[in-house]
Amino acid sequence: MEFFLGKFNYWVYIAMMMIGFYAMIAKHNLVKKIIGMNIFQTAIILFYVSIGTKKGGTIPILEGAGHHAVAPESINVAHYINPLPHVLMLTAIVVGVSVTGVALALIILIYKRYNTVEEDEILRQLS
Amino acid sequence: MIHQAPILTIATLLLTAFWVPIIGMFKKESAYYIALAAIFIAFAAACGTLYSVLLHGPIHYHMGGWPPPWGIEFVIDYLNAGVLVLIALISFLTTISAKKSVEQEINRDKWPAFWSLYLLLIMSLMGMTETGDMFNMYVYLEVSSLTAYGLIAMGEDGALIASFNYVILGSVGASFYLLGVGYLYIVTGSLNMADLYRLMPGLYHSKVVFTAFAFFMVGIGIKMGLFPLHVWLPDAYTRAPSAISALIAPTMTKVSAYVLFRIILSVFHIQFSTMIIPAAKLLMWIAAVGIIYGSIMAIAQKDIKRMLAYSSISQIGYIVLGLALANRMGLIGGALHIFSHAFAKGCLFMVAMAIVYKTGIRNIDEFKDLNKKMPFTMAAFCVAALSMVGVPPTAGFFSKWYLVLGTISGRHWLMTAVILASSLLNAIYFFRIIEKTYFSSFLGGGGHGHHKTPTVVMTEAPAMMVIPILLMAVGILAVGLFNFQIIHHLLQFIVPGGLA
Repeated sequence: MEFFLGKFNYWVYIAMMMIGFYAMIAKHNLVKKIIGMNIFQTAIILFYVSIGTKKGGTIPILEGAGHHAVAPESINVAHYINPLPHVLMLTAIVVGVSVTGVALALIILIYKRYNTVEEDEILRQLS
Repeated sequence: MIHQAPILTIATLLLTAFWVPIIGMFKKESAYYIALAAIFIAFAAACGTLYSVLLHGPIHYHMGGWPPPWGIEFVIDYLNAGVLVLIALISFLTTISAKKSVEQEINRDKWPAFWSLYLLLIMSLMGMTETGDMFNMYVYLEVSSLTAYGLIAMGEDGALIASFNYVILGSVGASFYLLGVGYLYIVTGSLNMADLYRLMPGLYHSKVVFTAFAFFMVGIGIKMGLFPLHVWLPDAYTRAPSAISALIAPTMTKVSAYVLFRIILSVFHIQFSTMIIPAAKLLMWIAAVGIIYGSIMAIAQKDIKRMLAYSSISQIGYIVLGLALANRMGLIGGALHIFSHAFAKGCLFMVAMAIVYKTGIRNIDEFKDLNKKMPFTMAAFCVAALSMVGVPPTAGFFSKWYLVLGTISGRHWLMTAVILASSLLNAIYFFRIIEKTYFSSFLGGGGHGHHKTPTVVMTEAPAMMVIPILLMAVGILAVGLFNFQIIHHLLQFIVPGGLA
């Protein structure tokens, strides 16, 4: 039980990733595929945010550092969360948004051309 | 100035890509010339980088002066200096010859956007080659995919679906790569490749490292169109505008192959994929199946672009095979094949572009008498086809030669057989085209005796298109003839110490 609860967020990440993956593979509607892709990418964001956090940790800003020098010995690294994975995710969010934008633009063009967003109907028209 | 050369390759293209659509609003024709000038500057900067690497050894360029494990650095060593110049040269030549084809195939209103995306694509490929940071690589990987989605979608009917399928698969690939970076970050706390290389040996038996490696292999495999993950590739290459096929076929999958080299050799140690987990063995079999599959599928195609696309899948197999052999000759052969295949496939796709531009023919069966209509183009085609088959002194012969030596010294006799068999299959589908083009007028009227074949007027593609094609053919021969110099100055350094 501890195995599940202790790593709760990682299990959620795996579940979300599989849901997204399923939608990308099994759904015939192109928009649903894109929604699946978004869930997939969000799962990765959850994963990255999870690896940066610590129980009981705080934001990595040194209080009062502006007024007087903080002695390096007085800083306990374990008290602060790791901001780097979170910052990386800002980039990943931007990338995710642009991929979604390109994909939706493609879907609009596909709809104008084939008058449907169902994959099997498009394939029927193509053949 | 020479110290700034690595960043100039990227910065020039990025800044120009921003200005092209703005200037293009007022004057659509100017977009092409601005793009061409920018690519030329990037090419010159790439040459400067290579020159500096050859003289002074690998370059470490720190972005904004931040030292490595914290800041992003560009690391240009012997292998990627070569790949960088290769990418720059091929995209420069493709750009020159692409002008007329783009004007024919792309709507005039879209020219500025087209050239802007085109510049971004080249920029991201160069960035992937130069960067020494795992996350930075992910960003370039995504920029290259995003621009490729847009450019492919501008193609003929059916390009939209091809592009959409690529979006789905490509973003799965990039996401897997990102997950791999995350898993490595958990155990090492670093994103810098050199730092990871240093930290990795102590962590070889961690399951997290295994998972990260698996994610990298699948992610990069999708991007490079490695055999079971290639499904997006044939449609994308076939449906894309001819100019874009000619740009992405030689560069994009080659850069991804280079990234695979980088990850296996200089993030993980080569011993990890040979000794700790049987990754090299698995990759070798995948590559072998891919080589044969791609060749057989290529024989079955009627459309020349689709045939070349399947042939690309087979050629990627060679590169991966060289890497998976994990011995001196195999690695050198695989790396040299990046060069020889980039020139050969670039030349072939440019020939396809010229043929489509001038005659509109895509079906191989209609190629009759094309040698009289377009003698120079078809001559270049023959050189490239011979390189793909592996006839000396073309580049393809030498890279296959080293690969075969690699299989022999590793005692993988079946792989030797695969390379030789695939060369025969290559010969079938390329000689079929050469036969259709050059000899069908002799065979056709054979039954009736003395019919004089009607004279065919020479309608060669414009010089702006043909000269780059001929230069690519010269490049194929040059890589072949100077293969020893390339290996001696650039490629021998990728072989890690202690490898036979």
